[in-house]
Amino acid sequence: MPPGISRAEATLELRGVSKYFGDLPALRNVSLRIERGDSVFIYGPNGAGKTTLLRTLATLARPSEGSVFFAGEDLHHNAAVRRAAIGFVSHATFLYGELTARENLRFMGRLFNLPELEKKIDSVLELFSLRERADELVRGLSRGLQQRVTLARAFLHDPTFLLLDEPFTGLDAASRENLENILRRLPEQRRALVFSTHDFDQGIALSKRLVALEAGQVRYDGPLSLAPLDALRISRRH
Amino acid sequence: MQTLRIVWTIFAKDMRVEWRHRETLASMCVFSLLVVFLFNFAFEPTGEESLRLLPGLLWIAFAFSGVLGFNRSFAAERENACLEAMAISPVDPGAIYLGKMLANLVFLAITEAFVIFTASVWYNFSFLPSLGRFGLITFLGTLGYATVGTIFGAVSANTRMREVMLPVLQFPVAVPVFIGAIEATTGALRGEPFSTYASWVNLLAGFSIVFLVLSYLLFEYVLEE
Repeated sequence: MPPGISRAEATLELRGVSKYFGDLPALRNVSLRIERGDSVFIYGPNGAGKTTLLRTLATLARPSEGSVFFAGEDLHHNAAVRRAAIGFVSHATFLYGELTARENLRFMGRLFNLPELEKKIDSVLELFSLRERADELVRGLSRGLQQRVTLARAFLHDPTFLLLDEPFTGLDAASRENLENILRRLPEQRRALVFSTHDFDQGIALSKRLVALEAGQVRYDGPLSLAPLDALRISRRH
Repeated sequence: MQTLRIVWTIFAKDMRVEWRHRETLASMCVFSLLVVFLFNFAFEPTGEESLRLLPGLLWIAFAFSGVLGFNRSFAAERENACLEAMAISPVDPGAIYLGKMLANLVFLAITEAFVIFTASVWYNFSFLPSLGRFGLITFLGTLGYATVGTIFGAVSANTRMREVMLPVLQFPVAVPVFIGAIEATTGALRGEPFSTYASWVNLLAGFSIVFLVLSYLLFEYVLEE
């Protein structure tokens, strides 16, 4: 956690956020609050703004309008410190192909200035069943294995907020089940999970709250049990 | 100390990646060799002509090999959005810039050493009598070029025509470096008194300091979407 902020105070909040790419509105007046213990499923059709939403929360995209807050303060003020509390998985792997899995984790761990780094690396390698392949170059790993290294990287610094953009991409059945088990435990660890996936059934199995996006706007934000699926035109056949 | 640690971490990572890949240095050295080789055949310079042509030849070779180097440096970061991975870590963006710039400086320095050695053999010219001053001028010119090339390399990395955009963006800004470096190198290689070309050396030093500080402060905005 960033210094001066306890886990109890940690919240991520979008207030009236719009994001434009040229004239194209990727997000329109989105307000959203994420607290510790939340498990939020971001769902929507292609181009709805899911990736932009996650990238904005991860500080990779600065809003065109509105603000992002961390523990009540503007996230972009002293952003470097606040990023210590965020773990992000993107469509890209964020990995250097010419380094091994272990070297990639060591590099990121040094950027985060993690104590007992080798121990933490061993721990996440174990968590994602990567020990045996840890010393192979990433470019020689399959897409699924690279995705597991990507996930290990996001978990390495023990973040409070996990922002995962389609984290199940490329994973085999066993790896998917392992990741689902890991993600299910996050709320009881008082961490927040915000994720997107095209598999609606998988999404609702892992979360309690649905944020349905369409054309950059939030159409629904609330408990899954109360979500008007027909009105949102969400079919379970995905 | 934190900044220095991050700079070293990023620099060491670039060195390790290049050691395994060997694409950046190889392409820079081969391209520079080609420039030296073709100039020799185009002009077939005699002793005095070599002295006249060498400063320009050297800095042309450094300039174009630098473009290759800066493009390759950020190609590795762009491949799997690794620059974004650094951007979402809790580090000062300026430290990321310094780490990348230091790595580019080393790649340029190695290439330049190779070019200088090759040119001394091909043109039968000894750099030893003026090695100290020539070394200082080369260092300052390379530093100035690396400060500009690194930030514009990052800017152009996410554009569609990045191989074209980088030289289009950086060369107008880097022109003072090349003019100053060529003039100062000419004076040094001719054995002229330092005072005759000190103003050019001061230009190189001043340019390096100004653009190093500016780039350090502005790199945060280069990383943002």
